[in-house]
Amino acid sequence: MLQLEKRPNPSRFWGRATPVLAVFLTMIAGSILFALLGKNPFIAMRTIFWDPILGEYAFYFRGQLLVKAGPLILIAIGLSLGFRAGIWNIGAEGQYIMGAIFGAGVGLALYPMEGWFIFPLMVLAGVFGGWLWAMIPAILRTKFNTNEILVSLLLVYVAEALLASMAVGAMRNPQGNGFPGSRNLSQYPSAANLEIWAGTGIHWGVIAATGAVISAYFLLQRHILGYHISLSGQAPKAARFAGINPNKMIVICLGLSGALAGAAGLFEVAGPAGQISIDFNVGYGFTAIIVAFLGRLHPVGIALAGLLMALTYIGGENASTALGLPAAAIQAFQGMLLFFLLGVDILTNYKIKWIKGRWK
Amino acid sequence: MTADFLTLSNLTKSYPRVIANDHVSLSIKPGQIHALLGENGAGKSTLVKIIYGLVQPDEGEMQLAGQPYQPQSPAQARAQGVGMVFQHFSLFESLTVAENVVLGMENSPPLSLLQSRITEVSQAYGLPLDPRRIVRDLSAGERQRVEIIRCLLQDPKLLIMDEPTSVLTPSEVEILFKTLRKLSAQGTAILYISHKLEEIRQLCDEATILRRGRWVAHLDPKEKTANELAELMVGATLNAPQRHKRTQGPVTLAVKGLSQPPLTPFSPALKNISFTLQQGEILGVAGVAGNGQDELQLALSGEALSAAGTLYLGEKDISQMGPNARRSLGLASAPEERLGHAAAPDMTLVENALLSASARLALAKYGLINWSKTRNFAGEIIAKFDVRTPSTEVVARALSGGNLQKFVVGREIMQKPKLLIINQPTWGVDAAAASAIRQALLDLAAQGAAVVVISQDLDELIEISDQFAALYEGGLSEPCPIEDLSFEEIGLLIGGVQSRENTHATA
Repeated sequence: MLQLEKRPNPSRFWGRATPVLAVFLTMIAGSILFALLGKNPFIAMRTIFWDPILGEYAFYFRGQLLVKAGPLILIAIGLSLGFRAGIWNIGAEGQYIMGAIFGAGVGLALYPMEGWFIFPLMVLAGVFGGWLWAMIPAILRTKFNTNEILVSLLLVYVAEALLASMAVGAMRNPQGNGFPGSRNLSQYPSAANLEIWAGTGIHWGVIAATGAVISAYFLLQRHILGYHISLSGQAPKAARFAGINPNKMIVICLGLSGALAGAAGLFEVAGPAGQISIDFNVGYGFTAIIVAFLGRLHPVGIALAGLLMALTYIGGENASTALGLPAAAIQAFQGMLLFFLLGVDILTNYKIKWIKGRWK
Repeated sequence: MTADFLTLSNLTKSYPRVIANDHVSLSIKPGQIHALLGENGAGKSTLVKIIYGLVQPDEGEMQLAGQPYQPQSPAQARAQGVGMVFQHFSLFESLTVAENVVLGMENSPPLSLLQSRITEVSQAYGLPLDPRRIVRDLSAGERQRVEIIRCLLQDPKLLIMDEPTSVLTPSEVEILFKTLRKLSAQGTAILYISHKLEEIRQLCDEATILRRGRWVAHLDPKEKTANELAELMVGATLNAPQRHKRTQGPVTLAVKGLSQPPLTPFSPALKNISFTLQQGEILGVAGVAGNGQDELQLALSGEALSAAGTLYLGEKDISQMGPNARRSLGLASAPEERLGHAAAPDMTLVENALLSASARLALAKYGLINWSKTRNFAGEIIAKFDVRTPSTEVVARALSGGNLQKFVVGREIMQKPKLLIINQPTWGVDAAAASAIRQALLDLAAQGAAVVVISQDLDELIEISDQFAALYEGGLSEPCPIEDLSFEEIGLLIGGVQSRENTHATA
């Protein structure tokens, strides 16, 4: 029978190989799923993974890839720092919405003034909004020991309600003929977050995400704060022994993840989305949790995972329109990816051994 | 000549990467008290787990009372007359003694009948215990009696005792020994596991010594000196730590009326602790586990802050400072729990070197970690304290207990502290490593540092400390020079009797 045997040292090889193995297993299981639905699995895989990058219409998809990956990576980087420290911010979606509301609020308040400082000001406001929303669970946790998972999650629904009221109330476009939704910021030059190089999908949010990946890498490799974050998560008692104040860690980690989620919200509202609307948020904040784990909480891993996740979204959409696959099947496919990733993760710390004829 | 009650022949059990028992043989006669001696990792625990049915051997045979014996579970072992008292108790704090005993029984009699049986057995074997008391209120010695009586009710023919005296005061040890001798006189065989050599020489008729899973010797412990036994266990000659002449200087640490409420509902409060410690002095703090050792360690190291004006390092009030501020002033500490507290299990030795040394050795500047300096520091610890590891990039949990302890102690000592607080410096560490660590502590004091050693190992404290004090329910007895104390007096102090009429108040 098969037996698991704990490795004395975690395997470096499997630490890197498991994500690849998980993608591979997802492809196999996904092919079986699609075959059962009566679709040619090879064509389905090609439509999801190949066409968006190298297919005939790839020029259209490629831009979309970075537009979708940008916010995912930006949010996931922030979340990963908290997750490493054992601080579970599940409410990035809410912080993302608040970043958008605060940032867009500044832009809308200054409309129609023009000036170079408007967009940076909006970014700051967006960061502040996300940070502020994350400070609620942080303060409740440090002062009253409430559970940050529940508080941050429930605040998502508060933020959604606030978003809806903004879209039909305070931020509604006065020239919008009564329709819900704000003015379109992408048509307001000083506030717009437009594509920097045509066709690439790169806007300021993508640049910020790249910066976040590099900074997080540096933070974790070289900076004492990164070390303290990892230490707090791995051995809380040892962290206290090292003189780390756990409450300070909670405020820093929730604050950073909130700020990055807020920034992602601002870049989205000023760019691809363009306006505050009732259905502005599409779940980036939740998907980023998957991205953070898929990337093993490592900055480079997260960048790759964000791109892969964006690809399954775009490829999945492509497959559902081109092949008529149901949306639920695509979601199941994405779920499989996380399932396999967590499943094969065991190989990092355990060896599988075949033992003859000894049944317990 | 009576027939052997239990014989083990050529038992072998291997785990990945290590052979825990390599063709071990052993035999015990009825009524014999047989010692099983060996360092940590010598294979004692695996061997008794095999006898008690918790682990199945890969090879070898066992015979019990002349019959083949292959217990598949502890229940089967118990049914055949084998009982075991573990080092760590499995008792429910909030239940009474009798209720705890019932929970361990397969077919339990009514509670009232059981209570009278418990009283009967406890009187017969001289183990005072009231079956109606709640376990929470019992001392460690009394808790152990619950476990022993639980075994005795099954009327065992063989009783296995795993490190039974590690949590007992000297007077409790005496009560236990009387009981064991009584049992042995009635024909119960006892397999006694310990690494306390003097005890074994007092109590046991025969001893089997294991070293790295192998059988080494079979002998009468009364015919050997403790040092000879230790050398057989270690397989090398041992040198007793050398004390240096030291000149004592000004006061390094002054504790003035330190009190602290309990950190958790089950931990003791610290009650009005006062003492001073001079340069070059080692204070040994004894006490039975759970009497405030951890709390004292946390309060001195800065992991728990205390009221202003209670702790002074030199002239400086450090009561309100965190661990790193205290470290910068020259304090170092090594907590009891190696994995998880003193070191992060999944971090490498380099990362663990940074853990407590970054403040004092300036391993990080403006927040930037100097990894090459840290790596060198880890390398120096490994070289100087003889830490056996393939490299500095190994994670802490991959090291054996003794090696990790040498690393942790080395990390603190190599920061050249003025004051070192260390809790259980050699707990679970093999004899060779333990003597190296004790020597290192003596050397540190010789260089002028003050050292507080909290330990439950009295022999260790007698060996290295200048001053002695005992913790009892969160209070600390007045420290006095260790050479002025008799063994009985030490026992009384540990048991909380403060009747010393200030004879040594000048200490």
